[in-house]
Amino acid sequence: MSLATIADAFFGLFNYWIVIVLMMIGFYIVISHDNLVKKLIGLNLFQTSVFIFYISMGKIAGSTAPILTEGDDAVYAHPLPHVLILTAIVVGVATMALGLALVVRIHEAYGSIEEDDVLAADFETQDSEAATERARQRSAEARQQAGARDDADDGHRAGGERADDGHGDERT
Amino acid sequence: MITQFLSQMPVLLVVLPLLAAPVCVIVHRAAPAWFIYALISWACFAIAFLLFVQVRIGGPISYILGGWPPPFGIELRLDALNMLVVLLVTGIAAIASIYARASIAAEIPRERAYLFYAALLLCLCGLLGISITGDAFNLFVFLEISSLSSYSLIAMGAKRRALLSAFQYLIMGTIGGTFLLIGIGFLYMMTGSLNMADIADRLPAVSDTRTVEAGLAFIVIGLSLKFALFPLHIWLPNAYTYAPSAVSAFIAATATKVAVYALIRFLFTVFGAAYAFGQLPLGEVLMVLAVVAMLSGSVAAIFQTDVKRLLAWSSVAQMGYIVLGLSMASATGLTAALAHIVNHGIIKGALFMAAGALFWRMRAISINDVAGLGRRMPLTAAAFVVAGLALIGVPATGGFISKWLLLEAVMEDAHYGLAAAILVSSLLSVIYIGRVVEALYFRDPADNDGKTAEAPVSMVAATWVLVGASVALGLYASPLVETAERAAAGLLGSGA
Repeated sequence: MSLATIADAFFGLFNYWIVIVLMMIGFYIVISHDNLVKKLIGLNLFQTSVFIFYISMGKIAGSTAPILTEGDDAVYAHPLPHVLILTAIVVGVATMALGLALVVRIHEAYGSIEEDDVLAADFETQDSEAATERARQRSAEARQQAGARDDADDGHRAGGERADDGHGDERT
Repeated sequence: MITQFLSQMPVLLVVLPLLAAPVCVIVHRAAPAWFIYALISWACFAIAFLLFVQVRIGGPISYILGGWPPPFGIELRLDALNMLVVLLVTGIAAIASIYARASIAAEIPRERAYLFYAALLLCLCGLLGISITGDAFNLFVFLEISSLSSYSLIAMGAKRRALLSAFQYLIMGTIGGTFLLIGIGFLYMMTGSLNMADIADRLPAVSDTRTVEAGLAFIVIGLSLKFALFPLHIWLPNAYTYAPSAVSAFIAATATKVAVYALIRFLFTVFGAAYAFGQLPLGEVLMVLAVVAMLSGSVAAIFQTDVKRLLAWSSVAQMGYIVLGLSMASATGLTAALAHIVNHGIIKGALFMAAGALFWRMRAISINDVAGLGRRMPLTAAAFVVAGLALIGVPATGGFISKWLLLEAVMEDAHYGLAAAILVSSLLSVIYIGRVVEALYFRDPADNDGKTAEAPVSMVAATWVLVGASVALGLYASPLVETAERAAAGLLGSGA
């Protein structure tokens, strides 16, 4: 492969190289950054690269804007992908707005927009909840056993109560 | 007048909810907003039913938007396949309207409830749009409408963790949607068309190019993110757990199913089964992921203490069944996948509704919270049991029919390992449903006030309607199976 063909592959597809680079930068930001706003910026970059992809697709070298003029033989760019991207931009704006609104709410609720902090707070609640549930499970089982023993030796009340007492500390 | 109305019905499915959503915002009150939602969802259900009958008698309907003929304008295309999905979505939406009023009144502040109904209408609009459109780009737009509204619906959950779940879903959902957009762009580059039928006509000539292969990959991955296929499922458990109960029921029953429908539409109608499954090894890839989803989802469900999270993990497993059915690309496999889309939609809707009714009473939904409720809320608990049996696939329920079809399809291709995986996953579902049932009936309630107090009649009635539908589909399965068979035949016929 000669240098010329490599250069041709690079400059001939220049727009597409930009698309790939932008897309990967955006994607990397989404994955690697903790800050939720930065994640959204990455997401927006990711979407923007696709917009450029569509726009490049409709462009013909040396073409003009697709406007009907007197001498109607001008080569013009394909308008359809450009129009499609208007719709996709609206979708992107809506996503961004909703994402930022969620970030505001997250900041109100957690006092932070770092994903690590928010997740740490979540894990804390989750752990304490899990501990409570485990304790409740144990006490329920203990009560069940005590109840079963009560039923089994009906009349021997004292035995049932002792079993109940034995597990009393776990219930709290 | 009447004939004019009848000929405009397809577009009304999308237009009615879309226009009703801003009306909900304008009325600004919970009660009228609920009324509008109920009215529109039932109207859509009625229209869907009429269209279903029309398609059944007269064959596919093509509706041309704005008078621009198909390859250039947007076409709505109704056939046996998408009428099944439309009927499921509108049916669940209509029943959810009965359920939502009491459930939402308890879970969302009254002054914000009208926004909830507006978002729910937009979600419905998006889901119906995905189902009936015949235009690839239009599908992307509707997918984003439904996704954006479901992010906001999930964020309305009472706990603050709902916010982060919605945010994570937003990030992953948007990446999925953008992947789909890239894929559609590749197809457009090669064929110069956005109409699905037109793309399908032009693709064979260029199907050997890397561009089309990349397009297929982007579309499959993008849609798999939306319906939470195994490695792309991490958004789903949190989203379903922390969403308001009515939202969990509606979204679990419809959104993932509609995304699978979109995948089926792309793979079979646009690319064609021969290309996606014959020339490219897509079937094998999906099959492996589906089996892993079935097993890992069920195992994860066993270890959950939160009933809603347990049901969410079970959804991951059940999506595995559906994808397994379609990955075989045979008529029986596809029939099983389509039947399971409908059956699982109904069953999971019923289960989440029953869980929501338990939540309504207890204000919490861990297994320990629901302990002993079998005696206090007999109707709700019984609904959970019957729907749980349907999920496991006990005979005389809808779940049995679709699992039987799936087993049949698997045995047809002599994949005995897959049959074993299906059985193991079903046994695992016995364990996780059994854990909840055990707590409901065989444990003492946490507090001993001893009162019998059912959830509101509307919530219990809505749950039982879905449970009844599931049992009815189990006892009288031929209409569903026949429709699914015809849809499968149509898909494979047009693809070959």
